[in-house]
Amino acid sequence: MTQPIIQLDNFRKAYGDYVAVHGISFDVQPGEIFGLLGPNGAGKTSTLECLEGLRAPTSGTLRVAGINPAAEPRKLRNLIGVQLQSAGLPESINPEEAMKFFCAYHEVAPRFDLFDRLGLNEKRKTQFYELSTGQQRRLALALAVAHNPKVVFLDEPTAGLDVATRVELHALMRELQAAGTTIILATHDMAEAEEMSDRVAILLKGQIVTIGTPLQITATGAGLTKVSVRTQNGSLQSAGAVFPAVEQQMFKDDYNIYFSSAIGPTVAAIITCIESQGDALIDLRVERPTLEDRFLEITATGESK
Amino acid sequence: MNAFAHHFSFEFRTGIRNKTLLLMNYLFPLGFYLMMGFIMVGINPLFLDVLIPAMVVFAVLAAALLGIPDPLVNARENGIFRSYKINGIPSASILIIPALTTFLHLVIVAAIITFTAPLMFSAPMPVNWLNYIIVFVALALACTGLAVLIGVVSPSSRMTVLWSQLIFVPSMLLGGLMLPYSMLPEAAGKVAQLLPAAHAMNAFNGLAMGRAADFSPWGSVIVLALSGLLAFALAGFLFSWDSRNTTRRGHPLMAFLALLPYAVGILVF
Repeated sequence: MTQPIIQLDNFRKAYGDYVAVHGISFDVQPGEIFGLLGPNGAGKTSTLECLEGLRAPTSGTLRVAGINPAAEPRKLRNLIGVQLQSAGLPESINPEEAMKFFCAYHEVAPRFDLFDRLGLNEKRKTQFYELSTGQQRRLALALAVAHNPKVVFLDEPTAGLDVATRVELHALMRELQAAGTTIILATHDMAEAEEMSDRVAILLKGQIVTIGTPLQITATGAGLTKVSVRTQNGSLQSAGAVFPAVEQQMFKDDYNIYFSSAIGPTVAAIITCIESQGDALIDLRVERPTLEDRFLEITATGESK
Repeated sequence: MNAFAHHFSFEFRTGIRNKTLLLMNYLFPLGFYLMMGFIMVGINPLFLDVLIPAMVVFAVLAAALLGIPDPLVNARENGIFRSYKINGIPSASILIIPALTTFLHLVIVAAIITFTAPLMFSAPMPVNWLNYIIVFVALALACTGLAVLIGVVSPSSRMTVLWSQLIFVPSMLLGGLMLPYSMLPEAAGKVAQLLPAAHAMNAFNGLAMGRAADFSPWGSVIVLALSGLLAFALAGFLFSWDSRNTTRRGHPLMAFLALLPYAVGILVF
């Protein structure tokens, strides 16, 4: 197994009497997109800031690319790229100046090709405060990855972006991943986390309540799978059949909708019923619980791992 | 171009591009200079003798004290310093580059004042150019140092204005710009010696303009230079990357140590 690029071992962060993070441990593998999720105050920002070298942990061990961020921030600076949630740029700087400025400090050539990718070419000479929120976030992302860092921290990368730019940004993240870059993605957008992340950790009150792939996490909840069925003659509606493991059902827009706790027996019984009625299946959709459903379930109950 | 040059180039352009900084660096000092040249000289012809040094001192006070601190506070509050830290931009660059670019703007403004005042208002020019430059550099060092220190220790823009005005307003009243130091009551004179403007006017008069100094002019140059260096050192020591980070190396009230050379100057000179 390869050496993890990020390691947290019993990491704890306190501010006076307030403990933001209670001794969490996890590893991130090279080239992984790792989602860090949690409601406000869960400890995401404290964790990220300590990994980025902005703050020192109260106790525990942190390693990013083998470096202790608090002890060796200078060694870390060319290995990580950070897209901060706040602007992080002077209001009168323009994208071209910002790219030259940051790349000069990283001792690499400016990456103006990223402006093409992120639709910023026409705004190269526009002052930062005149850019839209989406353009500001795209610029922040371009600056975060311009020096080809090994690890990129993205904090709400698609907040305020339109659909096309969001798709472009996701494609860029995939390219970075393909090139071996590790991405730590902190987001409130559960659909984005589910789509992009290889693994996800959900933090609650400074503790990891669950960690795994989005599929693993969504599979462990008590959420019901939604089965929507439409038939030629509407036989399911008229038969009034009861199917195994169905806990709720409804009829809407010509669809019979069932909420099942065991998808296999339910679907098999539905199909058998349709066939026995001499009816024909037009459409069948199975929607498993989303990461958002699972997240809401976890944060609502405050359950422990 | 290296990182420092890129940083300097961007900050210098900001001093013209940013409307507030353009006002403090150029429009306010030059507008005030023209107003004083056209109006004050008519009311008080003796003011003509000190028009050049007084307006240069005013320009330095305005650009440094009113122009430098607020952008530093805003940058810290808006997370710009955090972004700089992540990208390896040293705190020394954050503190020194705004001072250097302001100095460059001030050289331009001082040159405009120095070379146009004789032509427009028949103001006397400096008689010792080397000393004129030395006093100007010492004054700029003192004021930019204090301004950077104010930006470092102020928790908000509102406090920045308060601290800056605490030096700027008394400097206008007691610093020898409008009223000669010799006309001040003794107690007010002592208070004036706590201000960079009074020392600068004293040094300009005694060393560069061929006029009598009220107290040791080289002493004033030393006080200005020492206080400037001390202010920069304190700013570096007290610097914090963000306002939420409570681990500061010293208490902000340590900033008052920058006034120590002025206090000693009262006793020595």
